[in-house]
Amino acid sequence: MSDTEKLQEEALTAIVGADSLDALETLRVGYIGKQGSISGLMKTLGKMTPEEKQVQGPLLNGLRSAVADAIAAKKSELETDALNAQLASEKLDMSLPAPDAPHGSIHPVSQVMEELAEIFADMGFAVAEGPEIEDDWRNFSALNIPETHPARAMHDTFYFPDKDAEGRDMLLRTHTSPVQIRTMTTQEPPIRIIAPGRTFRSDSDATHTPMFHQVEGLVIDKDIHLGHLKWTLETFLKAYFEREDIHLRLRPSYFPFTEPSAEVDAWYTLEKGRRVLGGHPDDANEGGWMELLGSGMVHPKVIANCGLDPDVWQGFAFGCGIDRLAMLKYGMDDLRAFFDGDLRWINHYGFDALDVPTLSKGVGA
Amino acid sequence: MKFSLSWLKSHLETDAGADEVAKALTDVGLEVEGIENPAEALAPFKVAEVLSAEPHPQADKLQILSVDAGDGPVQIVCGAPNARAGMKGICGGPGAIVPSNGMELKVAEIRGVESNGMMCSLAELELGDDHDGIAEIPANAPVGAAYADYARLDDPVFDVSVTPNKQDCMGVYGIARDLAAAGLGTLKPIDVPQIETSDPCPVEIRTDDPEGCPAFYGLAIKGVKNGKSPEWMQARLKSAGQKPISALVDITNYVMLDHGRPSHAYDLAKLTGAVVARKAKNGETVTALNEKEYTLTSDMTVIADDSGVHDIAGIMGGEDSGCSDDTSDVLLEVAYFTPEHIARTGQTLMLTSDARMRFERGVDPAFLDDALAIIAAYIVDICGGKASEVVRAGTPPTEQKAITYDTSHCLRLGGVDVAADEQKSILEKLGFAVDGNWNVTVPTWRRDVDGSADLVEEVVRIHGIDKVPSTPLPRADGVAKPTATPRQKLERKLRRTAAARGLNEAINWAFLPEKEAAAFGRGDWTETMWVLTNPISEDMKVMRPSMLPGLLSAAQRNSDRGASSMRLFEIGRRYFKAKDGSSDERLTLGIVLAGDKTQRGWAAGKASKFDAYDAKAEVIALLDAAGVNTDRLMVMAEAGDHYHPGQSATLRQGPKNILASFGMLHPATAKAFDLDGPVAAAEVYLDAIPAKKAASFMRAAYAPPALQAVTRDFAFVVPEELAAADLAGAIRGSDKKNITAARIFDRFAGGNLPEGKVSLAIEVTMQPIEKSYTDDDLKAVSDSVIAAATKLGAELRG
Repeated sequence: MSDTEKLQEEALTAIVGADSLDALETLRVGYIGKQGSISGLMKTLGKMTPEEKQVQGPLLNGLRSAVADAIAAKKSELETDALNAQLASEKLDMSLPAPDAPHGSIHPVSQVMEELAEIFADMGFAVAEGPEIEDDWRNFSALNIPETHPARAMHDTFYFPDKDAEGRDMLLRTHTSPVQIRTMTTQEPPIRIIAPGRTFRSDSDATHTPMFHQVEGLVIDKDIHLGHLKWTLETFLKAYFEREDIHLRLRPSYFPFTEPSAEVDAWYTLEKGRRVLGGHPDDANEGGWMELLGSGMVHPKVIANCGLDPDVWQGFAFGCGIDRLAMLKYGMDDLRAFFDGDLRWINHYGFDALDVPTLSKGVGA
Repeated sequence: MKFSLSWLKSHLETDAGADEVAKALTDVGLEVEGIENPAEALAPFKVAEVLSAEPHPQADKLQILSVDAGDGPVQIVCGAPNARAGMKGICGGPGAIVPSNGMELKVAEIRGVESNGMMCSLAELELGDDHDGIAEIPANAPVGAAYADYARLDDPVFDVSVTPNKQDCMGVYGIARDLAAAGLGTLKPIDVPQIETSDPCPVEIRTDDPEGCPAFYGLAIKGVKNGKSPEWMQARLKSAGQKPISALVDITNYVMLDHGRPSHAYDLAKLTGAVVARKAKNGETVTALNEKEYTLTSDMTVIADDSGVHDIAGIMGGEDSGCSDDTSDVLLEVAYFTPEHIARTGQTLMLTSDARMRFERGVDPAFLDDALAIIAAYIVDICGGKASEVVRAGTPPTEQKAITYDTSHCLRLGGVDVAADEQKSILEKLGFAVDGNWNVTVPTWRRDVDGSADLVEEVVRIHGIDKVPSTPLPRADGVAKPTATPRQKLERKLRRTAAARGLNEAINWAFLPEKEAAAFGRGDWTETMWVLTNPISEDMKVMRPSMLPGLLSAAQRNSDRGASSMRLFEIGRRYFKAKDGSSDERLTLGIVLAGDKTQRGWAAGKASKFDAYDAKAEVIALLDAAGVNTDRLMVMAEAGDHYHPGQSATLRQGPKNILASFGMLHPATAKAFDLDGPVAAAEVYLDAIPAKKAASFMRAAYAPPALQAVTRDFAFVVPEELAAADLAGAIRGSDKKNITAARIFDRFAGGNLPEGKVSLAIEVTMQPIEKSYTDDDLKAVSDSVIAAATKLGAELRG
């Protein structure tokens, strides 16, 4: 074995045995640093004869690169070991909880109102609004409910002692129907609107709250009839509940502001003790008719009260409880909880901010 | 309205059963709210004979009966003193459920003796009040028959909701008429008896109030004997939910229910002088049959004699002139009262009655003489006596309305094609007269009908509203157009922004207790706020001037339930009185942050609380979402007394337009709501946010600058009272061409700074556009920054 070979074997053995980056660096400096032993041998090449150089050159260069490669390989190995050791020391319990971020929510009533706006927009209905504190002309008289009419007694009205500029009594609207009056007195037909909003009646028990939400629908045009009303309600409810097997029953009824008037019942089936809208009366499933909304053809007197000619314009109107629509679709069973602000209820029944109702994904969430 | 099937069939010739009748009722608009057949609950109770009765060996008051209820003798232990061998009674065997208490009968041992059922009292079967002993029934009753069949109780009772327009259906006869028109059978004509008499009426009858009481008819019946009304009448009254009282009272009640025609029977002996319909005198009082005293006003009609008021006309009779068991002479009153008057009087007195319900809907003005005859005949028949001649004061308004009808209106409005002859037949069956030119005369019992649309309703409801075919609404071409207004879009966007930021939407009452409204309103709240006349409670009296009280109450309720962190918001209206007396309703988003902002955690340690900047962060985020340039808003005080005076502010666009207020709640306010610890709150006034200009979808032209922005930090010592935002704003404005942002990143007081001074550190961002900044460029910008700051009293820190 030549000296070179001996040196290489000794160096490689030392490098492989280095136990730290520092030890390796010491070896690097000792062999191939400026003053290193192999660097020293390399320097002797300059003094050699060309013949010697031809022999010794490749040997020494081979020696140097073998050592350099071994150092690089060892360095990488030691670095990997060091990193692994560091990572091992940084181990965390990944089952620990991440920081909390508050999770907000949309109230079911707001969600359902947007669902309604979305569905009715597709049928050409805009959303109309009106004040919640109304005058008795718009809430009653213009709707063909004169002061002594027994129908006024059906509305438990909240009154204010105040009168407006025209001497009309001020009250909390008992239904969204005054928006019909506001729309017809300010807008030229044809009219297609829905008017969702808060309404108030002096009533408080297990199924009534003094404040609740209604949606009004109104279509005024030249040749709108009861058949259109029926179709509109069917189409709306099918879209809202996202099922085709919605069956409605119109029942003649009475509202002072519509003529003819119809109460609308929908068929429900009992599923796990809960009433679910849908199914058919002829099906074997247990079910029944549920009163859902009131509707009818707008009374000619109401149209005339709004300054329109009832011989030219006619149409339909309907009114429905939004809270109830929400309960029927999403399964809440206590109306009072809607207005309690209980975070446990809100977290259970509320909607994510990004659950925006759209027709393409379905309005429900 | 409640009535039994057999009662209905006394007017309607039909083979229809209960289910068929119920469906037809609903179909014509008489909603059936319930059908009850008393026989169903009584089905297990049988006619039984007591074969023997022996004393119980262990108990003096008990007997051991041997009873045959059709299946041979069974042993029953019975405690009734009247149980005896040979009597017939009503027996329930094991498995039967006692109607009065819902108990299921079982085979049981009573004091060591087996008992296989129960002999029942009428009270236990809910057939009467008699619970002194077991029921005794006639000896000819067939043993083993269902008692309900034997007693003809198998008669379903309908509970029908009559809408306020259907005056005619406030009596069973009118309901039969509707059903006959719908094809359920044939209406039987009313059999009006003739009163044969030449006795003059002994009392003068008058109406001095032709407006409230246009017609007052009456007659006297002398020599009656009041007692119990006949069984059939009692049964019908009971089916209608009325308690039989005495023959005279029952007869007037029965005719009211049968024909929708209230009347009143006075005890003639208790009247003095002429009986007159007149206006009440202000302050006049009467004790009504409900034993309550009512004070009357001069717009109310009464029936009175020389001694005073005997009847609140059309609503309720007086206690002191009503019929009793001793009555021998009766004055019968059948009057027509103006519906509007009755309604007003009833509303004022807050007094409802069966009579009022009918008079305010309107009774048939052409049915006065017939009603008198029918009632008088019942009285004479049941109580004996002799009727006088009829006295008629005034004239009822019997003129009939006429409507010119076009049969095509049915299709045009009702959407269903009904043949003209069917329309004619429907109308005629309902009592309308139709001539060859389709002039339709309205019957006197349908005051609600006054136009063509009403006739369409009659035709459609009788023809069948379910036969109206569903017809698609005409649809505009193309994709549906957007419909939301800018305001509606703003509301929806802010709602979802708030929820996306972790706030939970609540809906709270729009009304508040007075003291909360006062605490959260500005100025003299009694002038500006809406206060209910008839609140449901004192806690729900004033329409809210702020979103915060409702949210704070909700937070408090949550806190009581153990919630530790509450981030609540609500979008709703605040209510104020406008100058013109109308309602000024302002859409507002309120926020309450209470409890822990962050919970204690393994990484973060202790829980942290909300501060005023948390509320500000929400407000800024919401205003940003609303498209407001929040960098330009003025931060001013006057957020309201309910806020911490030193930790609250308003954000304004211009000095007057307040877009939002926010801050820490005043500790006293938080305490008033029982909320512990710091509470942050905010309100964003949606109505104050300027509407976005309707622009196209095109954004302003923009290309990101090629050159990198440069930042330089400055630190200034400023007077404590200088608002940091003013300094940042002044710096931003000092070189608008180059400075794109000035951000405060440090604030420091104390240390070696003099009293009343603070140090603010600001990072200024400069954006070169065409070429990179030279040192001179940067120095120039820096100089203008320092100059602007110095103007505000700031000194550059060395």
